[in-house]
Amino acid sequence: MYVAVKGGEAAIANAHAWLAEERRGDASLPEVGTDAIREQLTLAVDRVMAEGSCYDPDLAALAIKQARGDLIEAIFLLRAYRTTLPRFGASAPIDTGAMTVRRRVSATYKDLPGGQVLGPTFDYTHRLLDFALAAEGLTPPAAAETDPGEDAAPPRVTGLLAAEGLMAAEEASDAEPGDLTRTPVTFPAGRPLRLQNLARGDEGFLLSMAYSTQRGYGNNHPFVGELRQGDLAVCFTPPELGFEIEIGDLVVTECQMVNQFHGSRTEPPQFTRGYGLVFGRTERRAMAMALMDRALRAAELGEDVEAPAQNEEFVLSHSDNVEATGFLEHLKLPHYVDFQSELESVRAMRAAVEAERQRAPAQAAARQFETEGAGG
Amino acid sequence: MSGYNFAYLDEATKRMIRRALLKAVAVPGHQVPFGSREMPLPYGWGTGGIQVTASVIGADDTLKVIDQGADDTTNAVSIRRFFARVAPGLRTTERTAEATVIQTRHRIPETPLREGQVLVYQVPQPEPLFRLEPRRAETRRLHALADYGLMQVKLYEDIARHGRVGSSYDHPVMVNGRYLMSPSPIPSFDNPKMHRSAALQLFGAGRERRLYAVPPYTEVRSLDFEDHPFVPLRANGRCSLCGAGDSYLDEVVTDDRGGRIFVCSDTDFCTERQTMREAAE
Amino acid sequence: MSGLLPGFADPVADAQSAFRAVLEAMARPGRVQRLPRPPAPPAPLSPAAGAVLLALADAETPLWLDAGAEVAEWAVFHAGCPLVEDAGAATFALATGTPPALSSLDPGTDEEPQRAATLILQVASLAEGRGWRLTGPGIEREHRLQVEGVPNGFLAAWTASRARFPLGVDIILCAGDCVAALPRSITIREG
Repeated sequence: MYVAVKGGEAAIANAHAWLAEERRGDASLPEVGTDAIREQLTLAVDRVMAEGSCYDPDLAALAIKQARGDLIEAIFLLRAYRTTLPRFGASAPIDTGAMTVRRRVSATYKDLPGGQVLGPTFDYTHRLLDFALAAEGLTPPAAAETDPGEDAAPPRVTGLLAAEGLMAAEEASDAEPGDLTRTPVTFPAGRPLRLQNLARGDEGFLLSMAYSTQRGYGNNHPFVGELRQGDLAVCFTPPELGFEIEIGDLVVTECQMVNQFHGSRTEPPQFTRGYGLVFGRTERRAMAMALMDRALRAAELGEDVEAPAQNEEFVLSHSDNVEATGFLEHLKLPHYVDFQSELESVRAMRAAVEAERQRAPAQAAARQFETEGAGG
Repeated sequence: MSGYNFAYLDEATKRMIRRALLKAVAVPGHQVPFGSREMPLPYGWGTGGIQVTASVIGADDTLKVIDQGADDTTNAVSIRRFFARVAPGLRTTERTAEATVIQTRHRIPETPLREGQVLVYQVPQPEPLFRLEPRRAETRRLHALADYGLMQVKLYEDIARHGRVGSSYDHPVMVNGRYLMSPSPIPSFDNPKMHRSAALQLFGAGRERRLYAVPPYTEVRSLDFEDHPFVPLRANGRCSLCGAGDSYLDEVVTDDRGGRIFVCSDTDFCTERQTMREAAE
Repeated sequence: MSGLLPGFADPVADAQSAFRAVLEAMARPGRVQRLPRPPAPPAPLSPAAGAVLLALADAETPLWLDAGAEVAEWAVFHAGCPLVEDAGAATFALATGTPPALSSLDPGTDEEPQRAATLILQVASLAEGRGWRLTGPGIEREHRLQVEGVPNGFLAAWTASRARFPLGVDIILCAGDCVAALPRSITIREG
């Protein structure tokens, strides 16, 4: 006697209990604290904040712990939390020109006002596993501190080019930008929504799409005009106060890519900008975002839109890893009802083909008989 | 789950969805964009249906959730538990007849729905033309023009190649003679149930940020051709549990030697028939 | 503000029950729905019109209304909706007197018919079973609805609007604590 499977509820409860146990791992080892994650897995925290669209290192660390280090799962947790938060208003736009830089490099000039500041970077490290790190209790010696002094907020490289008239100007606008987390995007979306989408897009997707432009799928000739990273104050004017107050600090990374532009009917040859601005020290995504921003400007700059990276609807519709993961993983859900109709459909088609095959030799024989009969 | 509003969504979000639902009802079959929120369940797992349900239900409703026709499939259990947690006072049921709101994935209950019931479909892909034209800016234009030639050609080619219309689920429908609509991936067996149903049918696609509706008693015609009429398919058999010969059946493999039986996909329908049969004996 | 009348007694539950009645009304055009827990808005606004407004309008929906300063203040305070002078720019037009011409309200666009305005029209009374003959989506055969207090020439204007489908204006009729709806898909014939 067949008995239908029941007990979905118990199965789910058991699975979640098992998950909690697995998350903790070997109980004889100390549990990793969210403060340790926040302080020592900073780039994971930064990525989760950037793609979670929520600047809160403590919550991001908690999400990483809860997600067992699966960053897309952590981003999902943070997004789902973010969506329940009340909105008090919008901060004043941050001014990256006023940033206290910890790192600032330009690939376009050997030296420049404010200098090249390497900062805490993986660049020029030799990627050799450091087995000393496997031993615990080592505190690295303090790095020599350089006093940023009056170079703390150096001028932007793109500003230097603009002063010479070589940088395409971008119209300043006080228009309220849209918010794709509140209103569905329709196409063409426009640059503000594109930038919002890219700033929280999946890092792997941005990286691959940006890489494709470097290999000829979309004609970019990018130079890192400037990459800067550092701290910025966030200011807000509460309506009941009526004056601006500082409500917190952000670490952000800004990348300005400079791209040659041959000019158009209305514009002289000059450089055009690809812009990336992201939460935290997620430099790779800032650079990829800048390449993608420039690629997606193809239409407005009168260039052919041919490559995937230049296709606004394609890029914006597929950049979000929470959407993509959910839809990909939903294939795990039962689909046996649709599959059953596919089974019936395929069986019916096979039966029709088989019937046709059975009929065909009989008909051929019948024709033969008629022919012979006529001839005989 | 204290700290969350009734039915999880904040009131501003509910109002936005409610306005969109009213417009969806006023223009049957038209996909209305809405500001889909990031839910605590993954996209593709019913976030659209959940947001529609959350915007519709009140504490005096009775909610039924099914996936593949069954109340006890894991995702149905998970969604029903979610609402039990975030909507205090809400009753849940497995009985189709008792429910005022039914959220479903991939099936329409066998028991005919009545006035006063709302059927909420989870929709993975609201755009019926997406396999033929992936650019949504373009499909939006085609809907505006009611230009559904692409779909007609596709169905015609199916018939030319296979002798029959190829889609066995998510078979496109024309609503009120105006909009081409995806019925969601229900088996084509269920399509006729949509036609002039007494219940209000609402559709939510969270990831794609669209919702749409079919008001009660509205014409829902499965696309076909005069010489190749639409034929809903079901397995040729009877339910091994309740004996039903007219319900949609799941095929259950019983051994690795080709043994199989069929059982009703609609678990409530099947249970009710079994109970009635036992009572009669 | 001291004289300002309250909105919904229970904002979450009352908004839900009001919406549900409007949804049912919109889904079954011509059927009259009673609102279980409407607010008591300032005159001349009916409880039903007040409930529809609070259930659906907010900062994202520009509102046109003709119901006087007290109602305007009440609507702005409780719903937070911006007021507009031009009915053509309104998401909701709330008329207690002669409403703006249907043709002057936003009918939406071919690609976005959902952007069309909703007219909340306060009338003297609503009764089922006699009066207009309604047919269309949501109606099994025919619904009859008697509406006291629509402006002269309404049916001709409706018929002209119906011809633009899927463009067009949707109407929520309010009388006392009852609502009925006329979605743009409906054909109305004289009774």
